[in-house]
Amino acid sequence: MIVEIGHFALVLALCAALAQTIVPSLGARLGDPVLMGVGQSAALTQLALVTIAFAALVNAHLTSDFSVLNVAENSHSAVPTIYKISGIWGNHEGSMLLWLLILAIFGGLVALFGRSLPRALRANALAVQGLIGVAFLLFILLTSNPFERLDPAPFEGRDLNPVLQDPGLAVHPPMLYLGYVGFSIVYSFAAAALIEGRIDAAWARFVRPFALVAWSLLTLGIAAGSFWAYYTLGWGGFWFWDPVENASLMPWLAGTAFVHSVAVMEKRDALKVWTIFLAILAFSFSLLGTFLVRSGVLTSVHAFANDPRRGVFILAILAFFILGSFALFAWRAPVLKQGGLFAPVSREGALVLNNLLLTTACATVFFGTLYPLALEELTGEKITVGAPFFNATCGLLLLAAASVMPIGFSLAWKRGDLLGVIQRLTAAIAAGAVAAGAGAAWLRGGSIVAAIMAGVAIFVIVGSLIEVVVRAWRPGLAPGLALRRAFGLPLSFWGAALAHFGVGLTLLGLAGVGFGAETITTLHKGAPVEVGPYSVTLDSIGDRVGPNYRETVAAMTVRSGATVVAMIEPARRQFAARQMATTQAGLATIHFGQIYVSIADPTPDGDVPARLYWKPLVTLIWFGGATMALGGALSLADRRLRFGVAARARAGAVVAAAE
Amino acid sequence: MFWFIMAGMAAFAALAAIWPVLRSSPPSRDADPATSEPAFYTAQLDEIQRDVERGLLPQGEAASARAEAARRLISARSEAPKPALPPRARWRLAAAALIAVGVPVVALPLYAYLGRPQMPDEPLASRPPPSLASSNIEAAVAGVEAHLIAKPDDGKGWAVIAPVYMRLERYEDAARAYSEALRLLGEDGARRAAYGEALVAAAGGVVTDKAREAFMKALADEPGLPQARFYLALAAEQDGEKDDAIRDYESLIADASPDARWVDAVKKRLASLKGEPPPQADPEASAAAPEAQQAMIEGMVSRLANRLASNGGSVDEWERLIRAYTVLHEADKAKAALADARKALAPDQNAVASLDALAHDLGLGDAN
Repeated sequence: MIVEIGHFALVLALCAALAQTIVPSLGARLGDPVLMGVGQSAALTQLALVTIAFAALVNAHLTSDFSVLNVAENSHSAVPTIYKISGIWGNHEGSMLLWLLILAIFGGLVALFGRSLPRALRANALAVQGLIGVAFLLFILLTSNPFERLDPAPFEGRDLNPVLQDPGLAVHPPMLYLGYVGFSIVYSFAAAALIEGRIDAAWARFVRPFALVAWSLLTLGIAAGSFWAYYTLGWGGFWFWDPVENASLMPWLAGTAFVHSVAVMEKRDALKVWTIFLAILAFSFSLLGTFLVRSGVLTSVHAFANDPRRGVFILAILAFFILGSFALFAWRAPVLKQGGLFAPVSREGALVLNNLLLTTACATVFFGTLYPLALEELTGEKITVGAPFFNATCGLLLLAAASVMPIGFSLAWKRGDLLGVIQRLTAAIAAGAVAAGAGAAWLRGGSIVAAIMAGVAIFVIVGSLIEVVVRAWRPGLAPGLALRRAFGLPLSFWGAALAHFGVGLTLLGLAGVGFGAETITTLHKGAPVEVGPYSVTLDSIGDRVGPNYRETVAAMTVRSGATVVAMIEPARRQFAARQMATTQAGLATIHFGQIYVSIADPTPDGDVPARLYWKPLVTLIWFGGATMALGGALSLADRRLRFGVAARARAGAVVAAAE
Repeated sequence: MFWFIMAGMAAFAALAAIWPVLRSSPPSRDADPATSEPAFYTAQLDEIQRDVERGLLPQGEAASARAEAARRLISARSEAPKPALPPRARWRLAAAALIAVGVPVVALPLYAYLGRPQMPDEPLASRPPPSLASSNIEAAVAGVEAHLIAKPDDGKGWAVIAPVYMRLERYEDAARAYSEALRLLGEDGARRAAYGEALVAAAGGVVTDKAREAFMKALADEPGLPQARFYLALAAEQDGEKDDAIRDYESLIADASPDARWVDAVKKRLASLKGEPPPQADPEASAAAPEAQQAMIEGMVSRLANRLASNGGSVDEWERLIRAYTVLHEADKAKAALADARKALAPDQNAVASLDALAHDLGLGDAN
């Protein structure tokens, strides 16, 4: 009966979402605070009901209730408990329910914590949020119902796709969804501001934490997905410019631009219309990502379902929300009061440049991803737009954005002193140039790109450190006092510095790819194989039995010269229920680099075909992502007031000190 | 009981949603002081003051921050506030009624359409453990499968379940079970041949290279094994080596003990291969076997055809189907399948070339 209670709760949630859409917008129109208040109660009711539904599905998966189609198709009694839980979102229906739960959670947060907001703004935002809920509830109930039953129930489930039986599944999708769906709040508030025709600092102050939560989690989600792909797909790639990955990159780029422009709006009351535009853009890309992944337009690990009915439904949702919001934007944006002007050389000006670069990069990803799909749909011609295109366009733009980042970060609000900033950053520029030069010398005539990237990375890292030092210390200040001053700096500053530092780390990790080594060979027992500065020796091959799989494990020793550095155990796993094999790479982290070995099935005479890689600094890619997310979290924790003027006096003093 | 819970949930949802209306005092023009924009800036000014008192904000910065907030406060105040309409009780009542009536009216029919209210939960723990003795074959299979997941090295278990899979038409599972049994229990001619048969069945009636290998190995182990010889002859027939096939079938019949039930099936294949009318079956000896075998092959082919028609397939699968029709002397169907394959695989030049070559070999006529 629990299953049916969950199902009924989902149907009731649709009613609550309808109420959340209709009543508060009516209330906002009539100016009736009580009717506007229904927005909050309906949002909380919807949250409660969706939580019941989700809990019912969790229960069905945990107890292996194969009378539920979703459980029978995606679980198995022998699957370990953690994958019984993560398997809930390892399939189409369950992942949509998770999407909805997160949407309801964000709606509930606005209902609970939106007290300082003008009532009409909150009512309209909750109404828009409710409308998104209605669309996705209808989609789930009518085309992707996780509570569909099987009668008679089979005795065993069909098992979770072995590729998905990995801790990565427990982490990657929920984070990504928290990011995607978090931008729905930003979108709802943008739409509400447009409906009301006014936007003010309260708007920016309230939206900013939501945008930061969404952005931080999206960053972590993308990093987790990339790391998962890295160790599970067997050839050590971490980013493939696969349409599904691009689908998560686009909202991230738009969201990054938004997080920056909303800072300008909060502090300087400028860039209002542009910020609204970015808010709409970020969530539109989230929806586009959902469409690309869920509609079956793409076939990949991510495409669980290939049901054209679903594709059409999601396309309709996509068209409604994107076209609707842009129509609203075109109609209402001219009504919004414009903010103040500012000089081109200023923090604001630099942020505008950052926004331009990020949105252009986003546009290149958009066309690179959708053009081949559209072309195939229209003419049947198949073309592949791959890494070369994206590296040359999006990659270059992002590299450019990273190279001006430390300069923008050092500029003062309102009007900055470019020369002074460059003087302050001399050390960073020098360090970057040295790194690039050393890299180029090391590569000797190879691709220069990795060397340039390394240079930019060092520039960014040193630049963000310098900014901390400059703010906390001036000549003649005792170190202890400087340290206290550093701790006294606003959290939002620390957050920004840390996030920029993270960008540098990621860039450095990416640059490391150019300095790696790769060997594809067949390993014989006892015969060492060179890969980069290390050698790998196959010691033995053995079999092991896991809870629901058997694996062939090749034990290997990694040596540097004669010293043993690490022992690794790459494996091939054979899953009985689906007759599928997966590769478990053998990884050894040495400093920040990794030895990466993935094996194929051993030959009858005990040799093991294998790919061996040495990837210097590769872990920095994900450390950088985590650092960026941590920066977002720090900035989020800062609830102080933000005014652009506060920086002027201090920046002036600092420039004077530097001169 | 169930409907009580449902009614309770619906009532809860409706009441929770209209809660603000229920507890509201009669409509009054309560302004919105705590949340208007001037109030926001006033609150900011207070916060600046608090920060200064706590020593978080240096005096100089506080002064400029205060100036900025005050500037915005003045500009926010100068905007004339929108005159709010007097709230009307009618609208609140209407909204409450809409929710109170709307929730059951939307939820109950929708749930009645989508849900299965009578169906209880069936968590695995509460279900009777399946056993081999159970009359329910699926339950028995699940029991053995569970056992084999726990103990994948139980060769006997694989040997038991393999023929059951065959009967359930789960040919791929059958082939896997046979191969596990062979791996764990050691070589056995008859089992090796059964493995080959499962492979043939899984391939829609075509003797694949892997199956052929299995039959050869079975014959090496147990010379003269009729099942293996039959499929090898069938393989020759499917490869278009008609003479070899005829020779093999004939020698198979010659070696057979006269009461073997499969002889008639072989005779029938042989006759159709030679283009003779099928031999009158001896009513005494003919069992269900030959028809059953023929039906089985035809069944496999039609399943393959259905699968390809609805889901598409690779060139190999299409060619397998075309070949199978030719072998069954269904030239029309073979031609139709060829046309379908050309349509389905049209974008792939290599595939079409391969199909053309096949059509030429089988004498089905060249492209259109």
